[in-house]
Amino acid sequence: MILLRKSELEGKIVTTGTVPPAREMAALMDQFIPAIPLLKITDGGEPWLAGSRCRKCDAIFPGDRAVCASCGDRHSIESIRLAQRGTLYNFTVVYRSFSGVKTPFVAAIVDLEGGGSLRGTLLEVEPDPEKLRRDMPVKIVFRDTGQTNQEGRAFLAYYFITAEEPGS
Amino acid sequence: MSDVYIVGIDMISFGRYPERSVPQLGAEAALLALDDAGLSIRDIQAFYCGNLMQAHQMVGQRILREIGETGIPVVNTANACASGATAFREGYIAIKAGMYDLILVVGVEQMGRGLLGGSARPDGFVEEGVFGSMTTPAMFAQIGMEHQRKYGTTFAQFAKVAVKNHHHSTFNPKAMSRRETPLEEVMSSEMISYPNTKLMCSINVDGSAAAVIASQAAVNRLGLKGRAVKVRASEMTSNPYTPREDSITDFSVVTRNCAKMAYERAGVGPKDIDLVELHDCFATAEIVHYENLELCGEGEGGKLIDTGFTTLGGQIPVNVSGGLLSKGHPLGATGVANLYEIATHLRGEAGARQVEGARLGLTHVVGGGPDVGSTCVVHVLEKA
Repeated sequence: MILLRKSELEGKIVTTGTVPPAREMAALMDQFIPAIPLLKITDGGEPWLAGSRCRKCDAIFPGDRAVCASCGDRHSIESIRLAQRGTLYNFTVVYRSFSGVKTPFVAAIVDLEGGGSLRGTLLEVEPDPEKLRRDMPVKIVFRDTGQTNQEGRAFLAYYFITAEEPGS
Repeated sequence: MSDVYIVGIDMISFGRYPERSVPQLGAEAALLALDDAGLSIRDIQAFYCGNLMQAHQMVGQRILREIGETGIPVVNTANACASGATAFREGYIAIKAGMYDLILVVGVEQMGRGLLGGSARPDGFVEEGVFGSMTTPAMFAQIGMEHQRKYGTTFAQFAKVAVKNHHHSTFNPKAMSRRETPLEEVMSSEMISYPNTKLMCSINVDGSAAAVIASQAAVNRLGLKGRAVKVRASEMTSNPYTPREDSITDFSVVTRNCAKMAYERAGVGPKDIDLVELHDCFATAEIVHYENLELCGEGEGGKLIDTGFTTLGGQIPVNVSGGLLSKGHPLGATGVANLYEIATHLRGEAGARQVEGARLGLTHVVGGGPDVGSTCVVHVLEKA
């Protein structure tokens, strides 16, 4: 399980390096709201990524779908959990963005293990196009975005960080 | 079904007109196109108007307030960067259907400066920088980087597209920017989203373009054959399902499907085409679309720019107008302005940038964005 280590929440909430007990976890995560619908948080406080799979044509979609956009079938969509590991398919380094957005950052496209592809920000790498390696393994982490809604609740988002090579 | 002809077409010089309104800009192009055809607004039976930013404000009707409210049907189209091409195609379909003989099409847009989009969601959350980037330069940078991943296309090759199109623009008095930009200057200008530098991004400008299109019967009746340009194909596609559609907007499959249909409809192949105006909203896009439009084989896009194949004087000159990179990209006007460029060459009236002996030309526009989808419109025009 990858969530709520101190480093990953940037020290905002968790003060120890260990994963807290379930009840504490639920209380902690209660402060957050998902920044995007496909990010869900269980009652136990565990963030996860929702997806949909078509039993008929095997297409996989991030988020919830009612009808398969690939084959049009209305009765074959099942809800799945998307994998939290994948590989860096493609990227750009963004140097100029909308005002107020901190640059540079790596805008990445990650193909998830088992299907589905997400766009997101790749953290903890040097934002240098020459140094980023396509197909490198990455994993999903969940972090406080630093943004809050009108009620003061923090938006929780998924991000990518590099993962160790499998087997290493 | 009747053949469809362009009998009048023109555009205003693209630029910045903050003191003028969208209807005023559109009206100017409309009158230019009517004058080009030698017709009056009273001859026009229906009007199709493409505009994006004021899509809910009946731009077409407001243009008629400027040039004559004759009570004809007005259809306002909004379809991202393909809004103008969509309006043209709807007019084409109406003539094909036999409903009308003479139709006016206008594409018009007034733009702010700088990056498009970027406002927070209604709940106050700013996705940019969290879920990657939704800026258009980043989106098309990723499309270029995908080409680099597959074929090793280099930053310099992408930059050469800007060198070429800026060179072409020096021959086009209606382009916003008319200035040579050597490769070193393109590559060392401000990096916006790797590999697109500032000089590899299209310019947000105000602009309008208009066309009068006619049935075969109207061309014969009014004696307009002389400068008429025949529309050999007018095809549109939307993005089909692609496995990465949630992470990268598709502009390639949608273009490939559309180009294939357009070549088939026109009964010609890419080798028959004398010049192309394609959607170079960013330099990276142009190389990808060389392959999507079958101007070369898979992975040969980089080579095409290296060898001058697509430069004025080459085998298939691409974006001799200066393209969106230097002519400017007023979203709703772009799809009609591209038709103006091709028609002008087919009429032999393109002056210093004339593609000699041009007989068949192709226009291509795409529109779309992250989490939205995309569209493509391709036209094939022939000297009548």
